[in-house]
Amino acid sequence: MPAARLLDIHSVRQAFPKPDGGDLLVLDDIDLELAEGEIVGLLGRSGSGKSTLLRLIAGLARPTAGDIVYLGRPVAGPAPGIAMVFQNFALFPWLTVLENVQLGLEALRLPESEVRQRALAGIDLIGLDGYESAYPRELSGGMRQRVGFARALVVHPNVLLMDEPFSALDILTAETLRNDFLDLWSERRLPIKGVILVTHNIEEAVLMCDRILLFSRNPGHVISEIRVDLPRPRNRLEPRFRDLVEGIYVSMTAPPVGSTPALVPSERRVEVILPRVSANLISGLIETMAGAPYNGKADLPVIAGSLHMEVDDLFPVAEALQMLRLAEVGEGDIRLTHAGKQFSEAELDDRKKLFQHQLLCYVPLAAHIRRVLQERANHTAPRSRFLDELEDHMTIEAAEQTLRAVIAWARFAEAFAYDDETQTFSLENPT
Amino acid sequence: MRPLLPISVERRALGFNSWDVIAIVLVVGLVVFLAEASRDVLQPLAELQRTPLSLAPAHLPEYAARTTLRMFLALALSLLFTFTYATLAAKNKRARVLLIPLLDILQSVPILGFISTTVVFFMSLVPGRVLGAEFAAIFAIFTSQAWNMAFSFYQSLRTVPTELIEASRSFRLSPWMHFWRVDVPFALPQLIWNMMMSMSGSWFFVVASEAISVGNTTVMLPGMGSYIATAIEQRDLTAVGWAIGTMLVVILLYDQLLFRPLVAWADRFRFEQQASIAVPASWVLDVIRRSGVIARLRRPFSMLWRHSLRMAPSGAGPRSVRSLDRQRWVDLAWGGIVLVLVALALWQVARFVLSGLSLTDVGEAILLGFATLTRVVILIAIASAIWVPVGVWVGTRPRAALVVQPVAQFLAAFPANLLFPVAVVAIVTLKLNPDIWLSPLMILGTQWYILFNVIAGAAAIPSELRDVGTNLQVHGPLWWRKVALPAVFPYYVTGAITASGGSWNASIVAEVASWGDERVQASGLGAYIARATEGGDFYRIVLGIAVMSAFVVVINRAFWRPLYLYAERKYRLG
Repeated sequence: MPAARLLDIHSVRQAFPKPDGGDLLVLDDIDLELAEGEIVGLLGRSGSGKSTLLRLIAGLARPTAGDIVYLGRPVAGPAPGIAMVFQNFALFPWLTVLENVQLGLEALRLPESEVRQRALAGIDLIGLDGYESAYPRELSGGMRQRVGFARALVVHPNVLLMDEPFSALDILTAETLRNDFLDLWSERRLPIKGVILVTHNIEEAVLMCDRILLFSRNPGHVISEIRVDLPRPRNRLEPRFRDLVEGIYVSMTAPPVGSTPALVPSERRVEVILPRVSANLISGLIETMAGAPYNGKADLPVIAGSLHMEVDDLFPVAEALQMLRLAEVGEGDIRLTHAGKQFSEAELDDRKKLFQHQLLCYVPLAAHIRRVLQERANHTAPRSRFLDELEDHMTIEAAEQTLRAVIAWARFAEAFAYDDETQTFSLENPT
Repeated sequence: MRPLLPISVERRALGFNSWDVIAIVLVVGLVVFLAEASRDVLQPLAELQRTPLSLAPAHLPEYAARTTLRMFLALALSLLFTFTYATLAAKNKRARVLLIPLLDILQSVPILGFISTTVVFFMSLVPGRVLGAEFAAIFAIFTSQAWNMAFSFYQSLRTVPTELIEASRSFRLSPWMHFWRVDVPFALPQLIWNMMMSMSGSWFFVVASEAISVGNTTVMLPGMGSYIATAIEQRDLTAVGWAIGTMLVVILLYDQLLFRPLVAWADRFRFEQQASIAVPASWVLDVIRRSGVIARLRRPFSMLWRHSLRMAPSGAGPRSVRSLDRQRWVDLAWGGIVLVLVALALWQVARFVLSGLSLTDVGEAILLGFATLTRVVILIAIASAIWVPVGVWVGTRPRAALVVQPVAQFLAAFPANLLFPVAVVAIVTLKLNPDIWLSPLMILGTQWYILFNVIAGAAAIPSELRDVGTNLQVHGPLWWRKVALPAVFPYYVTGAITASGGSWNASIVAEVASWGDERVQASGLGAYIARATEGGDFYRIVLGIAVMSAFVVVINRAFWRPLYLYAERKYRLG
């Protein structure tokens, strides 16, 4: 018997207007179904629109095009039966644990006795007994997120939306909370029928989900769907688990046919969003890879595990290395290039020279800024000159981030200078 | 697993306890205060004129009660204004375009100029009764309290964290519930601080609002303000002394009975997730929390309250989504309407003024404005030179701050009018130049904003930064230049903006001073408005107010705001 369908998402598109009048596409052509009894993971790097999709499902925003249907009805605002757990908990600091949990029930206009009874039951279920009258600021991060879970569960939602619920917690706390949640889920003690989990942690996705949708970036788009058929409880060390993780790394680093690659930027245009990665981090990863046991070539999941880096920590550095042609990324591996190996062996001054060369050759924005500065009589240019240019192609946040990234790299490379007080670029470094 | 500790969500037993004794005393005290203060408001005006104000100290409790009640009614009005006006401005984009600049201007318009124009209106509401004059006085006090409260609330509403808003929406809180459960709690700590500031600031205007004279009608409402005005008129120094003493008691009382409990209670609304180090405490709050009698009194209200949250219309309905193009057109049209309205208002003012006055009068007012401007600039400079070092010294020593803060708060509430006798006598006997020696009165009440803010800024310097200074042996001028001054600069600018705006307002009171029949006057825009008010010359009142508002707005836009933005960008810690 096929399981009943909770959510039906069809051809959803989300675009935001840009200052110059055009539209910036964030999500493109998303299809997603959620059946009863399923945990579906949305996996991707930041900027892939997965959180935006979650907000669309929650009714916190409306899609530009496409349908989101919940139990046969289109979602036109926050729907009863869909509850959300937030990344940074979103607890009301002026309400006690009990009051926070009761809030959603009060909004449902239930009789007071039922509000209280259901809230206490939820607190009991999620392991918060004894903390009823505590304020959120008195709790540890893990306990706070438990309140977040209890608050979402007591309204007895059919669908639970989770927006990176464990990413603000330390590794041990996150693991405990994940396992507690999965135990309750497997024992069918949760009043929910389906879960959508947004995450950028590959292992977390494999540990928790029945299906994983892999998102690409700019615009967000589903590049592949991975079914996880492992029995629960799952073991991270089991070979089949490792294979799945490895496979996801491979599909995230492989340039897929016919669509924008997940990681590799193919365009050599000025208006490419640059990852905000410091030169120190770049040097650090190169040195680690050059040394034993990697000797210039590393398996991404292995190096991620040994450095305790999640997808959102590791991929930006890998992307930066790839952009600067200091390393190549593909098929779940990262390899140092000839320049990368030279870099690892050089002294600081030579490193800077090499970095400058790579920067001006392979990052078009850096070359562009330098060229403009050279052409101008006084060798200076205001920040707004480049910001406006970038904003035509990306959101203002992305434009600012890109400028900050190129400034940081140029400073390390001594390619050009930037004065934050006067907000001007110049060729001269202070002497 | 059951917890070992008892859960404190059990209903508290409502038996009679010792806290109740204090609680009952407080409640009865409140009732007596209300009865005392609100007596006679319905009697005819003529009655008031027949029983002139008495300077006997025995009357002071009654006068103090009346003035305080007026101030609290004005504060309640200000809260109502804040909750409606600021909410509308924060939630509605189109309303914001109009309301926020309007608030900015209202804040800059000299409050005392309002009084004469509004009195006529309020008196006509309840002809021949004291109540009309009471309304006028309360409204005048309201205008000295409301604007900064509304601004603070507006700014808080605009900075409610997105996650909280999304949580509230996803749990489908009704707008009414969202307002009371999310918006108000988030804004409360800042709002309470501004309420305290407003109360302090409004003492300054109580004198002007209770002794209302427009042209040849003078109404003296019984209260502290009229008492002080009469004491000055009759040259009674003892009475002035009594007035100061009474004020001190009143300020202490409402600090202990109202603001301290409020601050202690509002501590839980601070948004920081960390537990605070020093939790503010209040004995009154303890009484209220622990008394069974008060708990019983509170219960019907809190039930009604929860009922209202439950009954409010739901906010879950689908929102209509209009096309972006159409929205843009409506925005444009709305912007056009606002522009036309502003132009019309300006034209009306100009036409009114020019129908009674010539362009030379306008030029005179502007020249006088520059005279007052010079005074304000010099005074702010002097006050900064004194209070910045003092503030840094106090702020870096938490023990000293504990002593200095409440004293400064009292001084901020101290109406400059009480110092007039000293000033006038000194100027007349020593034959001093009033253009110079009256000026300090302008900054008497407002300089404290600089001190408050600098103390707060110095206290916020991370101890690590101070340690590093010590570690590198940074002393003396270098320490001031590189550590202390940059760290307090953004705070100083905030304080100086308030102080400068306040000084402009105060100039209306401070550029003309009298002691009995003796009267000294400085030449300035403040004296100009004060004279026009006394003479009932509406043309000059409007002209003076318009010129002063223009001065304040231009200075704020051209000088303070850029400085503030610069300070925010360059010296922001963290």
